Formats: sequence, structure tokens, C-alpha cells
Amino acid sequence: MIFGRTERGKAPVEPVTLKILVAGGFGVGKTTLVGAVSEIKPLRTEELLTEAGRPVDDTSGVEGKHTTTVAMDFGRITLREDLVLYLFGTPGQDRFWFLWDELATGALGAVVLADTRRLEDCFAAVDYFERRSIPFVVGVNCFEGASRYPAEDVRQALDLDSAVPVVLCDARGRESVKEVLIEVVQHAMAYAAERRHTVTG
Amino acid sequence: MSGDGQELSHWFDDEAGPVVRPYAMTRGRTTSPNQHRLDLIAVVVTEEYASDPEADNSLSPEHVDIVELCRDAPQSVAELAAELDLPIGVVRVLIGDLVEDELVHVTRPVPPAELPDESILRDVISGLRAL
Repeated sequence: MIFGRTERGKAPVEPVTLKILVAGGFGVGKTTLVGAVSEIKPLRTEELLTEAGRPVDDTSGVEGKHTTTVAMDFGRITLREDLVLYLFGTPGQDRFWFLWDELATGALGAVVLADTRRLEDCFAAVDYFERRSIPFVVGVNCFEGASRYPAEDVRQALDLDSAVPVVLCDARGRESVKEVLIEVVQHAMAYAAERRHTVTG
Repeated sequence: MSGDGQELSHWFDDEAGPVVRPYAMTRGRTTSPNQHRLDLIAVVVTEEYASDPEADNSLSPEHVDIVELCRDAPQSVAELAAELDLPIGVVRVLIGDLVEDELVHVTRPVPPAELPDESILRDVISGLRAL
């Protein structure tokens, strides 16, 4: 059972739930990152896409097919009995942007996972979070064999705002991923403080 | 595209499979009238007095599963979908039915466009450090 079994008759604890998104190009290690810290093997949920849901896809020739599924992998970290953090890997394919909107609603922040061998794969994710003012951190996944670049080079290549943290990480390493997530939360706090400051003048 | 119909190069993935059938469980409904779209991390909690959902003939086996799964341990919408191996849209409709029947209630996550309390965020950071 999920949030710890409670005795019969005693009301179960209703936890506060939060989510952090993990975005990036296909094969960059999103599910690996989720799996490195999740207390459960990453689970998969599926959403059906219907005609109305995919305005940009050309379906000529497949008219018999009106729906398909898109999968999202997620993991869970129970921080306290009453505080649970979920990590959602965003669908990699660009045509599922509209699903991101739903995922991004109410998200604490995001990790954009980047591979320096194909940095361009994460441009779309960076754009997405910038436009929606969702605080994000760029995690440069240091694949073995990939030449390593200083974080500053990656920042320049992605033309990131100076406030956006860039961290080198290993998506397979629990400690490394923990650091990335802490960075996201700290950045989200700073971001919120900044916004409050702007609003209150 | 070839004219064969079976050999077309599909725009969707092979794993897509037959996908309309699950909505038979919701009797074709894709939305729930009283329920705004439930967030994936909204938590479903079974009401204490929902003692024997199986006795309720209006409920499908999937409804009963949700009531039972969430009785001792509240679960998020995403977890229920994964556990029951059902599309999220289907699970949302089923949960909507159960809320209407007052067998479960749903705790909402932090409202969109609002960040949680700074104190909660501090707790998240110390929780992550302690992992």
C-alpha cells in the first residue's frame, strides 16, 4: 500500500502532494533520473489521445484510427508521511505538448535534462518553461564518453537567463539526482520570492 | 502510404494498441459532470463509512477497486491509473462517479499558479537531504 497502512478506524493521513517535471529530449535519461530517487519502480500512466486532442497531426491514411495513447513515467518520494513529491517524466515527442500543459499546472518546478552531444534536443523544453514562467534547472547529464563542458558553456549555448541554475549531474546517481532536485526547489523558492517582491513593489 | 491498410507507416507508436475499449467502463463518458479535471497528483481518500462498495450494484468492479485501494492508503490519480492499468481519462471519470456517490473525496494539490508555502518548500529540501 502506498502511504503507509493505518489502523482500521483511524483516518488515513492525507498527504500534501507536490510535483516536479523532468523534461528533455528522447533518450536523455529522464526515466533513469526518476528511477534513481523514486521509492517505487517508475510507474507508467497512459492518456488516450482523441481527435480533438491532436490538432497538428496529419492522420490522412489512418482514418480508421481515432485514438492512440501516450505514456508518462512517474516516480514517488515520500518525504514525510504527510508530504509526498512526485516526479513526472514528460512525453519526449514534441507533438504531445498539450499534455505538458496539464502536467505543468501546479508543478513546483522542472528539471531540463540535457546531453551535450545533442544539446538542441532540449531547446524546446527550455522554451516551454521560460514562456510559462515555470522555474527550472538545467541538468547536464554527464554520459560516460561524452566530452564534458563547463556549466557556463552550456548556459551560453542555451542562452539561459543568469538566474537559471545549470548543474552537472549523473542521472543514474541517487546523490547526484537529489542535489538536482534540491536545486530545483531552492530555485523555485528564490523565484517565488522574486515574484512577490515584484508584485508588492 | 501504401493502400494495404495494414502496412501503413503509422504516425502513432506500435504500442498504442486498441484504445477505445476502456471507455466502455465509463459507459462512453469522457468527462464527469461535477468534476473539474482532477490533477494527476490529486489524492483520493475513501470515506470511512464506505463500508461495502461491492454491495452497491451501480458500481463497476473498477469503482470497487478504487474504493478498496484508497481505503487504507490514499492514492494519487496517477498511481490509481498505473495500478489499475487504465488510461487517466477513464480513472478520472470513475473517481468522479465515486465523489458524486460520496464514497471517496479528493484532496486537491496546491492550486495552479500558486506556489506552496515557503515552509513546505523548506520541508521538501530537508526531506530530500535526509533521503
